[in-house]
Amino acid sequence: MQNPYLPYPVRIDDITVEAEDKSLKTFTFVFLNEGDEEKFAYQAGQFAELSIPGKGEIPIGIASSPVEKGFVKFTVNRAGVVTTHLHNMKVGDIMGLRGPLGNCYPWEALEGKNVLIVGGGFAFTTLRSSIVYMLDPANRPKFGNIDVVYGARSPGMLLYKNELVEWEKRDDINMHITVDATSDPDWKYNVGFVPPITEQKAPPGGDDTYAIVCGPPIMIKFTQPVLEKLGYAHDHIIMSLENRMKCGFGMCGRCGIGKELVCKDGPVFTLDQINKTPREY
Amino acid sequence: MVGYTEKIKEIASRLLKECTVDMVIGFRKGTMPMMNEPCFATTPEAIDTLVWDSNCGINLANYLTNRKEKVAVIAKGCDSRNIVTHIIENKIKRDQVYIVGVPCTGMIDKRKITGMVAGEILGVSETENTIKVQTADAETLFDKAEVLQQNCALCIHRNPVIHDEMVADAVQEQTDVDRYADIRKIEEMDSEDKWRFFDDLLSPCIRCYACRNACPLCYCPTCFVDEAKPQWVGKGQDPVDVRTFHFLRAYHCAGRCTDCGACERACPVGINMRLLTRKLEKDCQEQFGWEAGLSLDQRPALDVYQANDPGAFIK
Amino acid sequence: MTLVKIDKKNWAEGLKAAADAYRLYGPVKGKDYHQFKALEKGETPEFDMVNTRLSPKALLFPQSEEMLEYSLDESREDHHIMKAVARDNTPRAVIGIRPCDAKSTLLVKLNFDTPEVKDPYWLGAYQNTTFIGMACDAPLSTCFCTTAGCGPYHEEGLDMLVMDRGDAYLAKILTDKGKAFADAAGWKAAADDQAAFESGKAAAEARMVSSIKTDNLADTDLLELHGAPFWDDIAFACLNCGTCTFSCPTCWCFDIQDEVHGKAGVRMKNWDSCMFPIFTVHTTGHNPRDTKTQRVRQRFMHKLKYFVDKYEAGIMCVGCGRCVRQCPVNIDIRRVSELMNSFKPADACAVQG
Repeated sequence: MQNPYLPYPVRIDDITVEAEDKSLKTFTFVFLNEGDEEKFAYQAGQFAELSIPGKGEIPIGIASSPVEKGFVKFTVNRAGVVTTHLHNMKVGDIMGLRGPLGNCYPWEALEGKNVLIVGGGFAFTTLRSSIVYMLDPANRPKFGNIDVVYGARSPGMLLYKNELVEWEKRDDINMHITVDATSDPDWKYNVGFVPPITEQKAPPGGDDTYAIVCGPPIMIKFTQPVLEKLGYAHDHIIMSLENRMKCGFGMCGRCGIGKELVCKDGPVFTLDQINKTPREY
Repeated sequence: MVGYTEKIKEIASRLLKECTVDMVIGFRKGTMPMMNEPCFATTPEAIDTLVWDSNCGINLANYLTNRKEKVAVIAKGCDSRNIVTHIIENKIKRDQVYIVGVPCTGMIDKRKITGMVAGEILGVSETENTIKVQTADAETLFDKAEVLQQNCALCIHRNPVIHDEMVADAVQEQTDVDRYADIRKIEEMDSEDKWRFFDDLLSPCIRCYACRNACPLCYCPTCFVDEAKPQWVGKGQDPVDVRTFHFLRAYHCAGRCTDCGACERACPVGINMRLLTRKLEKDCQEQFGWEAGLSLDQRPALDVYQANDPGAFIK
Repeated sequence: MTLVKIDKKNWAEGLKAAADAYRLYGPVKGKDYHQFKALEKGETPEFDMVNTRLSPKALLFPQSEEMLEYSLDESREDHHIMKAVARDNTPRAVIGIRPCDAKSTLLVKLNFDTPEVKDPYWLGAYQNTTFIGMACDAPLSTCFCTTAGCGPYHEEGLDMLVMDRGDAYLAKILTDKGKAFADAAGWKAAADDQAAFESGKAAAEARMVSSIKTDNLADTDLLELHGAPFWDDIAFACLNCGTCTFSCPTCWCFDIQDEVHGKAGVRMKNWDSCMFPIFTVHTTGHNPRDTKTQRVRQRFMHKLKYFVDKYEAGIMCVGCGRCVRQCPVNIDIRRVSELMNSFKPADACAVQG
């Protein structure tokens, strides 16, 4: 019987400070044991438990993409006990990784469709995974237009800046980067909150277009009416929920929203599905 | 206390009708013998369910914490002392709470009575001084005095110390009560016996926190056992962690506890954690001459420093 | 299915013989209530009770259970690498579990033994355990098993059901595991008294006085029930302690905690409770079930609605009545289920209108 509580041992291979306030770091892990990477086969939208012996575990969306091999990457906001400890760890340190967990974005349903990605703040991680996945030469033909609205408080708080610049240059993805405010005179992208930028830049909804929305609650609250106005049906709006989790595979009971468990039946739900649950997240 | 129910209904009805308060907090009849359920009444139908008898052991001051509305509360002696403590500790404002005082002749001990009769208890009724217990095969009559909760048997403040209105005339206070005979016995033990005694006392604990949650003093937004940053106590069943919880909780209640007995009554595994709180109550009384919850005008023992405070304990 | 007669004088002997092959567990009276525990050599289960105060769920789901261990000592090659804690997987038998508690194991199994993931701790313990049930001839007034998917002679979840016939026990062997236990105990005297079970069952069921109604729960709209007007009234008295969930045989929620002593660490599973505010609180401080009413609603909705909808296996309750008897403020699931089952969304509108 496989033990779902037992993490794969991993080594921290790289740490990148992502945000100007140093609250966000991206950790690259490599698996210590041969074969574990294959067992950890995942899809964009899934999460894993970062498992630190002596401290505990924390569920984090997988920021690397299934098309990237040899490592897995997570961007972690320093907030609680485990993440604060993780932020103080060094390259070479050993810890655990448990997963992949949860469902992924509905890649089968998305095939042949236009995809609008709306992201805010540090919730951009699994969206990065998704973009890298869709832009992979083997996958790009499977999707229609790809639009990305991504916002952060300031330019220095944007994640994955080098990649954003690269994507900005491509013609097979429409990037709409925005910041709440900036004093940088050379800032050449948008200024404004995500919902109004979405309203201005996002393509209209329809049967062939899906929106994937990930961000802080306030962004989600104000983006939802914008998407409705743009013609996105509730079953075409895809969201990733967060709730307090422990086991990550549907047994410990705390992340339930009605009969659904965010860790196992989610974290990805359509707005249509979410509307049928008590909103306890 | 027979007859209090009608009077309580009458008062509650008037208070709501005259908009003196927004709700009345009291008890309604439970679904089992010797159990009543704390409830709130805002409507005539709900007022009609209010009861008072010897099964109202839960301390209703617990339901006042941080309330915003104007409430009336049915308060026996110990409840009233906890209301005083609540007011002193700014958990509720005096002008926000209308205290309907209940002169109390004690609550009966459900577990004790259960242990005194054979078979399941199917009904319990009471007169002023007797408790009649019914099982499928027999009817047993007890003197109420012999089946009181221990804290009620030892109670010396049966009448509310603060009230806006009384349900009945004051009852006679008990005198010549030796409140600390059992505590002295423990004090006299050597440290090994004490260790064994406390180990035995606390070993059944399942950390459900019913004692803490039934206690009107335990209103901290995050209890130290639940705190994660830093985590003070392990969350498993390690006896060290279990003891830490009980000992620290008792210390947090020092000089505040009124020995209402809600903790012991709530415990599903029958732990008498009042042995801990009463030791501290005894110390407070002996060292500072302090009894909790008797006056709105005095600061609690651990709130004030006086040059002549006893200091022998730090030698 | 075979029937075996066990002379009472052979009962202790049989258990003693079985103890060579099984670790035995049974109800034993402590200071003032019965509890399941490992039976010492020669110790027999005590049946002068209707049921144990706490459920026997801890036999499969201990309140604190070490799952993984590790060393933080960097001089060790395996430092920071987690390993499963070794477990005693030798067979064990629970003697005298009541049918309601046995049924509860099957409900809990739905959580711990899923097609996708299996909890090796719970399932390992479950698979190693033989359940010898003791029929319940004198249910309490707070028991409502017959309307909660089982009954005083219910067989689901048991390997053997034993009934007390005065001078002898009559045992119904229900599974191969039950047969193996009977063999180990040397209980072989075949009996042909099926009628005794039938009449015992009928008599016990006739003694039941409590019942609940659950027939409308599946068809009631989940969100309407969630928004029903009665939750504040139900929740008012609640202390948000864990008495109900900890004494419940079907409540399975748990926490995962690391504990380190020196350089040696363990990761453990501890019982947790939806009644506790910190059960759901996010790191940000946001709590999706921030109020007492929300938490009380979660407990009853989980048992009587979410579980019903999710598994189509009835309610997540076996009617043992422990929460009714133990709740310090007398919140009674029988009353709550009545309110839930009779709830008509239209009523709510009428009241509001």
